[in-house]
Amino acid sequence: MIQENSSSDKNTLKNVVIRFVGDSGDGMQLTGTQFSTTSALLGNDIATFPNYPSEIRAPQGTVYGVSGFQVHIGESAIYTPGDDVDVLVAMNPAALKVNINSVKAGKTIIVDTDSFTAKNISKAGYDENPLLSGDLDQYVVIEAPITSLTREAIKDVGLNKKAMDRSKNMFALGMVYWMFTRPMEHTIDFFKKKFKSKPLVIEANIKTLKAGYNFAQTLELMPSPLVILPAKMKPGTYRIINGNTATAWGFLAAAEKSGLDLYLGSYPITPATDILHELVKHLQFGVKAFQAEDEIAGISSTIGASFAGKLAITTTSGPGLALKGEALGLAVMTELPIVVVNVQRGGPSTGLPTKTEQSDLMQALYGRNGESPAIVIAASTPENCFDFAFEASKLALEHMTPVILLTDGYIANGSAPWKIKTVEEMPNISHRQVSAKDIDGEFEPYARDAETLARSWAIPGTEGLEHRIGGLEKAIDTGNVSMDPLNHEEMTKIRQAKVDKVADFIPNLKVEGAQEGELLVVGWGGTFGSMFTAVNSMFEDGKRIGLAHFNYINPMPKNVADIFSKYKKIIVCELNNGQFHTVLNAKYPQFDYMKYNKIQGLPFSVLDLINKFNQILDNK
Amino acid sequence: MTDSNIPMYTFKDFASDQEVRWCPGCDDYVVLKSIQKALPQMGRKKEDFVFISGIGCSSRFPYYVATYGMHGIHGRAAAIATGVKLANKNLSVWVATGDGDSLAIGGNHFIHLIRRNIDINLVLFNNEIYGLTKGQFSPTSLMGQKTKSSPFGNIQPPFHPGELAIGSGSRFFARVAGGNTKMQQSIFIDAEKFKGTAIVEVLQNCVIFNDGAFDKYTDRAVKDDAQLYVEHGKPMIFGKNSNKGLVLNGLKLEVVTIGENGVEEKDILVHDAHNPDSTLHLMLAKMHMPVVTGIIRAVKEKTYDELCNERIEEVKNNAKFKSVNELFASGETYEVK
Repeated sequence: MIQENSSSDKNTLKNVVIRFVGDSGDGMQLTGTQFSTTSALLGNDIATFPNYPSEIRAPQGTVYGVSGFQVHIGESAIYTPGDDVDVLVAMNPAALKVNINSVKAGKTIIVDTDSFTAKNISKAGYDENPLLSGDLDQYVVIEAPITSLTREAIKDVGLNKKAMDRSKNMFALGMVYWMFTRPMEHTIDFFKKKFKSKPLVIEANIKTLKAGYNFAQTLELMPSPLVILPAKMKPGTYRIINGNTATAWGFLAAAEKSGLDLYLGSYPITPATDILHELVKHLQFGVKAFQAEDEIAGISSTIGASFAGKLAITTTSGPGLALKGEALGLAVMTELPIVVVNVQRGGPSTGLPTKTEQSDLMQALYGRNGESPAIVIAASTPENCFDFAFEASKLALEHMTPVILLTDGYIANGSAPWKIKTVEEMPNISHRQVSAKDIDGEFEPYARDAETLARSWAIPGTEGLEHRIGGLEKAIDTGNVSMDPLNHEEMTKIRQAKVDKVADFIPNLKVEGAQEGELLVVGWGGTFGSMFTAVNSMFEDGKRIGLAHFNYINPMPKNVADIFSKYKKIIVCELNNGQFHTVLNAKYPQFDYMKYNKIQGLPFSVLDLINKFNQILDNK
Repeated sequence: MTDSNIPMYTFKDFASDQEVRWCPGCDDYVVLKSIQKALPQMGRKKEDFVFISGIGCSSRFPYYVATYGMHGIHGRAAAIATGVKLANKNLSVWVATGDGDSLAIGGNHFIHLIRRNIDINLVLFNNEIYGLTKGQFSPTSLMGQKTKSSPFGNIQPPFHPGELAIGSGSRFFARVAGGNTKMQQSIFIDAEKFKGTAIVEVLQNCVIFNDGAFDKYTDRAVKDDAQLYVEHGKPMIFGKNSNKGLVLNGLKLEVVTIGENGVEEKDILVHDAHNPDSTLHLMLAKMHMPVVTGIIRAVKEKTYDELCNERIEEVKNNAKFKSVNELFASGETYEVK
């Protein structure tokens, strides 16, 4: 939704959504990243989302191989990568075909006409050339022979045709830079640094970028270029960060803050693997990053590392969490601190590996044998993955329990500006490692802290505190094996109470928008951006609507019932078939809950949410 | 290794206060005693030993050793132990596991532990049966063996632990009879000294569900002729009269008698446990009669934990960012005023 800025120049915009799409080898991710970074450097708020196929190199020109990168930039705060596309840059017919439904009538489509050959048109599944059939009449179509103009621009550089064609994404980027008055310097610098040893590649890309810019200017693609003013963001130093990197960094910060080395035991799985990729780069901080033989070894080695005194984490996605279930139970029973990150994707089974979903909530809460409570928290934006990775570590270490951190493919791969934090400004973490001098009398490994019910953490190598733990039921305090019926019942309740007590240490639930009123919208995790955007715009229009978005799911904040009681209606919105809805019904049965669900591997559309909420408000 | 700060321990220092609950007559008692006697001889502090186990009769082991220990979940002991060792290289990490635990449900972790060569000692209690679940065939049960889950005879061909270990790249493989505490102690001490994954297969008699499985090797009457104890650098001679030995005949090992058919002692193969080529070790490990005991293979190679720590030091010395704050503030950042 391009919104014209009423208060100032006609050519200034509040925000714009641009989507770059092409073959998965066309460099669309790079193009999108360059555009968003350049915009951020201009002071815009941004949110981005890459969309790529699960095939690494699907057949060229087919709809299966289409890769995309969407960026939403604005002069006001941006919370989502945007629903509807204002400018679609389509590098071939298949990319056009896959994405055309996201573009509303009257919006702009830029196509590379060179790619609209009979062969490509048929590969994309079109019966006739969409550029000629009238299918695109309702759009502003900018036709540019991008491939041939790219070849022409760099014919003297000395690259072969295949290498020359690799630069064509820069032609498209140059065009879009002109349309939105972006400077090219950042991208030029990027190529100079990135391809230091390949001067021809630098030359080709810079020439192509400029050629695209000049082409747009010469042809005056628009009456005049558009300006998006800087956003009003909190002063400070920012960087653009995606959720997986933010998660990895949150753990680095927690390790440093707690004074413990970080251990990661992990097995590659989409879309969580980038956390492993990020952490293996930073061994200098003492990170032990172990790529295990399978998911089970990932978590089992993590439990071993935790027993031996590390801040130990494992990262995975839904199917991997299923495999880790039994070992998670061992961590519950041995009361060792570990963090399990589940970057959720569409399921069940292999499901939709590269698409987002929130359907592992029940698995996180209950997906283990026995009464097996664990802390479950969820990050809600790419940048707050940092805070919740830190918080997950803090809770695990201070409460001696496994913590499951839920993120999802959407925030894990999505990017947003992050106001850079330092370790110093993060809260303290006091882990529970002990030595013999801390212990009065006989050491009892399962003796507990009165406030948290957490046991102490005596790690191997500590003189005088030798002890054995394991998956068999433990006797109260001593931790010896016990098959006593009453002991089992009591220990089951103690483990539950320990997790429940975490509620004393977490912040209250906050409401955005109306603090009481007609409708409370309830969500959790990665849907915050779209839900907040929808609720906030309705609230600003005077509707009595509020948003209660959960980051703490088990246990929940203490004021939930208090908040729920202030609204006439409650609707629970999730990217699943209603799992949190079920949880709330069980936990707070005194309220009636409506639900709104989407299970398409896609985030919520802000417009759909607004329509749904309006419908409810109108039916009062 | 010799540190004057290390107290003089006796085996009693390594006995926990927990009542040992294996069946009377079980070889596990012998192994436990051997470990408790071997540990004081290893020159390490008590608190630096960690015993990790999976599930099964033998996996109760950690509860009975007065060091640090964890009774894990079925099959995962090797993976848990990996995390312990990677977390703290100064620990002496032991895995107590059985043929079901390590060769069936935990097969993947067993082979990858060996492949990586992490400095962990794994004691494989091989009784060729599932004991704790009361008598089903295991991956080492023999063809035709009648068990609770194979009443008409087992039709799953067995794994040979030595073959599996050496096939996975094992650098240290030893075998010992379940009742031989003297040999066990010496092998455990050597396993501890060896830097790398040390696999010790114990031929462990299950008195309840597979009694006598190894009698053909261990019975007093036959054991001298049925067991060949190998020592590095010594000729592979065995037998009641110490007159039998191994020679290589083509691609096969052959038992010969010294003094017969012109065979002299110098013709007998000399055991070379340090030979990087595992061909002969594999043949020794697979041999049934006699069965080979002692350290069959001990080849020094860099361990994974050494490499892992070296890599960290290397990266530390060349790291662009010395602190996480520097990392967070690196690259493309911008100011909002």
